[in-house]
Amino acid sequence: MGRRIGIEVSIALADAVKLANADVIAAYPITPQTHIVEHLAELVAEGELDAEYVPVESEHSALSACLGSSAAGARTFTATAGQGLELMHEVLYVASGMRLPIVMAVANRALSSPLSVWGDHSDAMAVRDTGWIQVFTENGQEVVDQIICAFKIAEDHNVLLPIMVHLDGFHLSHVIEPIEMPEESDVCEFLPPIHSPLTLHPSKPVAMGDFAPPVVFTEAKWAQEQAMSGVKKTIIQVWDEYAQKFGRSYHPVECYKCEGAKTLLFTMGSFSETAMSAVDSLRAKGVDIGLIRLRLWRPFPFEEFRAAVKGVKTLLVLDRSISSGGPGGPVASELKAALYNEADKPAVVSFIGGLGGRDITVDGFEQLITDGMRIAASGTDKEYEMIGVRE
Amino acid sequence: MQNLNIYASRLVSKEEPFAPGHRACIGCGEALAVRLAAKAFGPNTIVVNATGCMEIVASQYPYTSWQLPWIHTLFENSAAVASGIEAGLKAQMRKGTLPQEDINVVAIAGDGATLDIGLQALSGAMERGHNFLYLCFDNEAYMNTGIQRSSATPFGAATTTSPAGKVHAGQLSWKKNMPEIAVAHGIPYVATACPSYPFDLIEKVKKGLAVKGPAYIQIMSVCPTGWRCDTDISILLGRLAVETGVFPLYEVENGRYKMSMEPQKLKSLQEYTKLQRRFRHLKPETLAQIEARVVEEYENLVEKAK
Ligand SMILES: Cc1ncc(C[n+]2csc(CCOP(=O)(O)OP(=O)(O)O)c2C)c(N)n1
Ligand code: SF4
Repeated sequence: MGRRIGIEVSIALADAVKLANADVIAAYPITPQTHIVEHLAELVAEGELDAEYVPVESEHSALSACLGSSAAGARTFTATAGQGLELMHEVLYVASGMRLPIVMAVANRALSSPLSVWGDHSDAMAVRDTGWIQVFTENGQEVVDQIICAFKIAEDHNVLLPIMVHLDGFHLSHVIEPIEMPEESDVCEFLPPIHSPLTLHPSKPVAMGDFAPPVVFTEAKWAQEQAMSGVKKTIIQVWDEYAQKFGRSYHPVECYKCEGAKTLLFTMGSFSETAMSAVDSLRAKGVDIGLIRLRLWRPFPFEEFRAAVKGVKTLLVLDRSISSGGPGGPVASELKAALYNEADKPAVVSFIGGLGGRDITVDGFEQLITDGMRIAASGTDKEYEMIGVRE
Repeated sequence: MQNLNIYASRLVSKEEPFAPGHRACIGCGEALAVRLAAKAFGPNTIVVNATGCMEIVASQYPYTSWQLPWIHTLFENSAAVASGIEAGLKAQMRKGTLPQEDINVVAIAGDGATLDIGLQALSGAMERGHNFLYLCFDNEAYMNTGIQRSSATPFGAATTTSPAGKVHAGQLSWKKNMPEIAVAHGIPYVATACPSYPFDLIEKVKKGLAVKGPAYIQIMSVCPTGWRCDTDISILLGRLAVETGVFPLYEVENGRYKMSMEPQKLKSLQEYTKLQRRFRHLKPETLAQIEARVVEEYENLVEKAK
């Protein structure tokens, strides 16, 4: 059994990296991620974590250093947010294409301009197609649990892909929560030492990152994609194992008060908890509403999602980013795509809100649900609704 | 260096870690330079290669010209990747998950990857003091993308992005002094080399590997394709670059400068430029202007080495 303590989520995240006994940490500060790499620096400086701490000169180099250390077979961690993730963009594809099991925490942040250090999911959506496994977390406990699981998932020989653990900037990264920190010995049993099948070492020379002419590029991408499509099975296995050992279970898609509900609200990240309170309050008033939360964003859990919305009439989707000049909410449009071939598909009402750190309160969610139900009933010719805009 | 010539050839390894069988152009000085440098690496070496000619000529999947563990990731990050490899090996050896041994980490990159887009990553890696050797193969332009100017392109040279036209005559800026920038980082070893002086080159690579901490060597690499010269004069041109003072050979050990080769008298710049069609448009006045600057910089360097 672990210890339950009151702790800032970023600090707890860094402690989880310590529990995972990372070998190399590449660090570059950016709000709201900075507390994570700061605390890791302290842990290394105090001798509590035996790791190489590489204080690089940019996020591009942070992830590049991760490529090197992971290719050399070391357990590797870094963290970033917003612009930092954008600066890594080019390197993200290399990490997944090379099948390097790097673990990265992303404290989600809006993208400039205007400059905003506060949270939304624009950074995550901008790197949606980079071939990384992506998990969204809801609270501090989940952040700790998912970081530990992330190493096990990424390093599994059926996976060998990099993974991002998303936590909402400030809304999650900077809050103090009661968190049960797992015991080191339990984590040791759960998470075996890393053993990459191919590494850079003179004892067995290999070439990594060759250039691929058109005759083989497609095959390389197909192989990577097949690994990705098998990942969900391993993820579920790892989460089940975690539940057995630590008592907390996680699923790609989770439902809250969905039984028999004809309308479901769809959320990702820490707003899910606020949305739950709104669902509670509306249910008490007799409104027929439930909540569906997506934890696994990549690979997208099509089966679980379709099963969860079976028989539902209306799906209200909250996006915390915008696909400019396109369909509005990137998540909503993916859900529409996932449902397109279904016979009895729900109507999707797309909302965009919570941009650049704008809070959405319980009242705000109640309003969103009420508006959404009205729009679904009357129909709309708008691609999406932008909520909370002050005129 | 003179003494070295007498016996060094017998000491040179017969191993070819950069194997014969690659797709460089005929007469490529860069491929030769890589081959010579690789002879000095020894088998316990990991090579990080930036995007550029040497990556493309040596690594088409499923082939490789490398007998050593080799990784290419991007154009501008070989120093950062090398940092990570060094850190990864260090952590694992300390924790006992890898056996303790000396493994050389060598980053190789062109002048574009080094002086331009990768300068920040290189500067960061040198500043942090990683134990690695960085080799810049300087062919004075972005050759892999088809001869575009870099900040290593000499003043007046025509490239596809610094063409000679009615208004402008080739490259409009002076070659960035990268070895001096490396020296300014206070690293233990900085040197210049050229495959026209093979034993000197091999010796310097060995020295760079032997120091603890970062080492930087800039290697003049003639590119017949980009320099618009005959394919059988790469060695000659490399020599002329040194003998004219255009590319002086020297080393800086812990801040102390030492010339590796001091011609009695510098040859005239024209002997060098007339063999390359990238300079053919230059007027005598411009050549004189360039020569004056070359001589001045050379003399400053000799002064520092005194
Ligand atoms: C970010 C990025 N920008 C541009 C390129 C295209 N590119 C590939 S190699 C290269 C030039 C390489 O020049 P240099 O480093 O001097 O090496 P050389 O080919 O001359 O040996 C360029 C511009 C790239 N691969 N990545
Ligand atoms: S373009 Fe120049 S540097 Fe590149 S392979 Fe050809 S000769 Fe060598």
